[in-house]
Amino acid sequence: MALATDAPKDHFRLSMLVYDTRFRSLTIQVVVLILFGLALAWLLHNVSENLAAKGRPFNYGFLFSPSGYDIAQTLIPYNSNSTHFRALLVGLLNTLVVAVVGCILATIIGVLVGVLRLSKNWLIARLMTVYVEIFRNIPVLLWILVIFVPLTELTPSPNQFKLTPAMQEAGEVPTASMAVLETVAFTNRGTYIPWPAFEHPFGSVSIAGISVNLTFLAVVVVLGLGIWASRTIARRARVVQEATGVRPTTWWSRLLVLFGPLILVLLAAGFYLDIPQPPERFNFEGGFLLPHPFTALTIALALYTGAFIAEIVRSGIQAISRGQSEAAFALGLRPNRTMNLVILPQALRVIIPPLISQFLNLTKNTSLGVAVSYMDLRGTLGGVSLNQTGRELECMLLMMGIYLTISLIISAVMNVYNRSVQLKER
Amino acid sequence: MTDTFHRTEMLPAQKPPVTERGAVKWGRENLFSGPFNTILTLLGLSIVFLLVQWLGPWLWNSVWNAESIQECRDIVAANAGPDASGACWAMIRERWNQFLFGLYPPALYWRPTLALALLAVAVAPVLFLSLPRKMLWFTIIYPGIAFFLLWGGSVWTPIVAMAGFVVAWVAFRLVQGTVGASVGAGIAIVAAVFWWVFIDRAAVEILSSNAPLALQSVDSDEFGGFLLAFVIGVTAISFSLPLGILLALGRQSDLFIIKTICIGFIEFIRGVPLITLLFTASLLLGYFLPPGTTFDIILRVIILVTFFAAAYLAEVIRGGLAALPRGQYEAANALGLDYWNAQRLIILPQALKVSIPSIVSTFIGLFKDTTLVSFVGLMDPLRGVTNAVRADIAWKGIYWEPYIFVGAIFFVICFGMSRYSMYLENKLKTDHR
Repeated sequence: MALATDAPKDHFRLSMLVYDTRFRSLTIQVVVLILFGLALAWLLHNVSENLAAKGRPFNYGFLFSPSGYDIAQTLIPYNSNSTHFRALLVGLLNTLVVAVVGCILATIIGVLVGVLRLSKNWLIARLMTVYVEIFRNIPVLLWILVIFVPLTELTPSPNQFKLTPAMQEAGEVPTASMAVLETVAFTNRGTYIPWPAFEHPFGSVSIAGISVNLTFLAVVVVLGLGIWASRTIARRARVVQEATGVRPTTWWSRLLVLFGPLILVLLAAGFYLDIPQPPERFNFEGGFLLPHPFTALTIALALYTGAFIAEIVRSGIQAISRGQSEAAFALGLRPNRTMNLVILPQALRVIIPPLISQFLNLTKNTSLGVAVSYMDLRGTLGGVSLNQTGRELECMLLMMGIYLTISLIISAVMNVYNRSVQLKER
Repeated sequence: MTDTFHRTEMLPAQKPPVTERGAVKWGRENLFSGPFNTILTLLGLSIVFLLVQWLGPWLWNSVWNAESIQECRDIVAANAGPDASGACWAMIRERWNQFLFGLYPPALYWRPTLALALLAVAVAPVLFLSLPRKMLWFTIIYPGIAFFLLWGGSVWTPIVAMAGFVVAWVAFRLVQGTVGASVGAGIAIVAAVFWWVFIDRAAVEILSSNAPLALQSVDSDEFGGFLLAFVIGVTAISFSLPLGILLALGRQSDLFIIKTICIGFIEFIRGVPLITLLFTASLLLGYFLPPGTTFDIILRVIILVTFFAAAYLAEVIRGGLAALPRGQYEAANALGLDYWNAQRLIILPQALKVSIPSIVSTFIGLFKDTTLVSFVGLMDPLRGVTNAVRADIAWKGIYWEPYIFVGAIFFVICFGMSRYSMYLENKLKTDHR
C-alpha cells in the first residue's frame, strides 16, 4: 500500500534560488529590481554630471520670470511682461480648446459617417468609404498642412474686400468677396466669422479676481433650468404612462420650457449675430477672428479622427446581432424606438472605450500644431520658453508631466463611465 | 363540346417590366428607395459633380514638362485659355529623387534601391507562410546587409556587430546544459555586451586594415524622403513587435515588480505625444548619457519610435491575451509546459492571431508617424522635402501637387498594409463561424 509521504524537508541550498519554482520568481524579481535601480542610478548620475558640467542646477525658478514674447491667440490676458508660467497656462488652454472643439467636431463627423456607411444607399455608402479610407491612410500632418498652406497663402488680404466710394462711383466691385451668404471672410490674417453679441448685456461682476460675464451666466442657468424642467415633464409622463397605459402628449410643453425662457433672456439682452463688415480702412469690423493655425489644426484633426470614429461607430452597430433588432420589431417597436431603446444602448457599450481612446489620440495630436506655429503647450512651454531659457530638461519634463496628467484624467473618466455601462453579470 | 382553342407550346417568359430589371431596378432599390434616400443621393451626386468640376479640368490640363511653375502656368494658359487651372506635375518629374531619397548622393541611388529589393526578399517568408522556411536565414542577416548598403563604410562594422549575436548564441549553447536556460540567457547577454563594448571596435579596426572592403560612407544627414520613412518605419516595426510582446507578457505576469515596471513604462509612453518623445531623442538624451557621448540622430529617433510603438502594441496584445479562455492556460500547465514554452506554443499564437488587425493598424500608425521626424530636423518626405521644394524660387507657389504626390504614396503603402492584414486574418481563421 502506497503511502503519500510529505515532501522531503531538505535544507535550503543556494541553487534552489534558481531551480526551485517557489523561490525562482522571487530571485527574478530581486535581480530585476537591482538592475532597474542600477540603471536608474546611472541615468540620474549622468544627469547630475551633465547639469554640473553646464553649471545649471535643476530648478523651476525661471517659470516666474517675465517671458518676453508675444502669443497670437490667448484665451486669458497675457502680454510679453507676463511670466513663463502664464505663457504655459495660455499654451495649455490653447491645447485644450483645440482638443475640445476637435473632439466635438470629430464625434459629429464620425457618427454621421459611420451611420451613413451602413446606409442602403449605394452612392452614399461608397462616398463615405472613400472618405474613411483616404483619411485613415494618410498622415494627419499632411491634412494639417493641406488645409493650412492654402488658407494662408491663397487667401486675399482684408484690403481686397474694401469697397471705396471711388470704386462705387466707377461701378467696380472689390476683388475679393465673402463666402456663405456674405457672412464669412477668409483673409490672410484669419477667418472672420459671425459671433453672438448683445445690444444691452447684463454686465459682469468680479468674483475672487475672476470676472464673470453675467449674460453668459444667465444663458447657462436658464438653459440648465430648461433642461431640468423638460426632463421633469418627461418623468411625469412616464409615471402617468405606467399608471394608465396612455402617454400624455408632452412634446410641445417640453419644447416650450426648454426654449421659451431662453428666448426671453436672449431678447432681454438684445441678442444679435455680429456679422463681420468689410473694412473701411484696413481691417474687418465686428465678427470674430479665427486664426488660421487654430482653424487648420482643428479641422484637420476633426476630419482625421472622424474617419477613425466612423469605423468605430460602424463596427459597434454591426456588433449588435441582427436578432436584437428582429426581436425588437417582433415586440412591435418602430424602427426609431428600436434604434433608441435596443440597438444604441448596446452599441454604445462597444463604441465608448475605443471612442475615448480616439479622443486621447486627438488630444495628443494637438501637439502637431508646431507644424503651423500654433501656440499650444508645446509651442509655449516646449517651444519659445525652452529656447529662451535653455532649460531643456525642466521644460520637457514639465510638459510631459502635463500631457501625462491630461491623458490619465481622460482615461480615468473613461474607466468610470465604462464601469457604469458595463453589463451587470452574475 | 370541343376545345375551340388550346395552346400546344409554352409561351416564352415575358421580361419583367422596365422598372423591375436592370439598371432601373438597381437604381430604384439602391439610390431612390424613399424620399430621404433620394435627397441623400442627390446630395452625393452634387458633391461628386462639384469635385469633378473642380478637379477635372485641373487634372486634364496637367503639365509634365516644364522648368518652373511659371512655365507650367504659361503652358496651361496657352493650351486651355488664360483662366484655366492645371496641375504642374513637372515639379515631381524634376524633384522625384528628393522625395524618394532626400539628399542621398545620386550616384549611389542603387544602394537604397538594392536594399529595398532585398527587403522584399527578406520580408517575403515572414509575410507568406507558403514560402520555404530556409529563406528566414536571409531575413536574419538582412539588417546587417541593409546597414552596409545604406550607410556604407567598412563591411566589417555590421559583420562584427552581428557576430555579437553569434557570440551570445554560442555562449548560451555552451552553458545552457550546466546552469539552465534562464541563467544561460543572462550569461549570453553578458557575453554579447562584453563583445560589443570591448572587442567590437578593435576587431573592426584590425579587420579593416587587413582586408579593406568598404563602400563610400553616407552620413545620416543625407538621408531623407521616403528612404528615411522606410528606414525608421521598417526598423521600428521589426523591433517593436518583440518588445511589445515582452511588455504585454510582463504586464500580465504574476511577478509584482516586473508588472509594475511594465505598467509604468506603457502608461508613460502612451500618455505623452510622440512629438515630445522625439524631442527627448534630440534634446534630452544627451542629459541621460555619460558626458561627451553622442550617437546618430536617426538611431536615437528609431529607438524612441520603437518604444512608442511597443507600448501601443503591448496594449493591443494584452487585449488578445485577455480574450483567451482561462482553459488554454490551464491546459498548457496540465501538459507540463514551462512558462516560455507555454507562451510560445499555446498562448501567443492564439493571442497574436486575435490581435492581428489591431497590430497592423498600429504599424500603419507608426509608418504615418515617421513624418513627425521633420520636427527634429530630419528630412521627411511630407514636410522636410516639400518645404525644401516650395522654398525653391522656381517652384514657389506650388501648393497641391507635392502633397498629393506624397499623400498618394502613403495611401498606397498604408492601404496595402490594411488589405494584407485582412488577407492574413482570413488565412489564419480556424473557427467556422
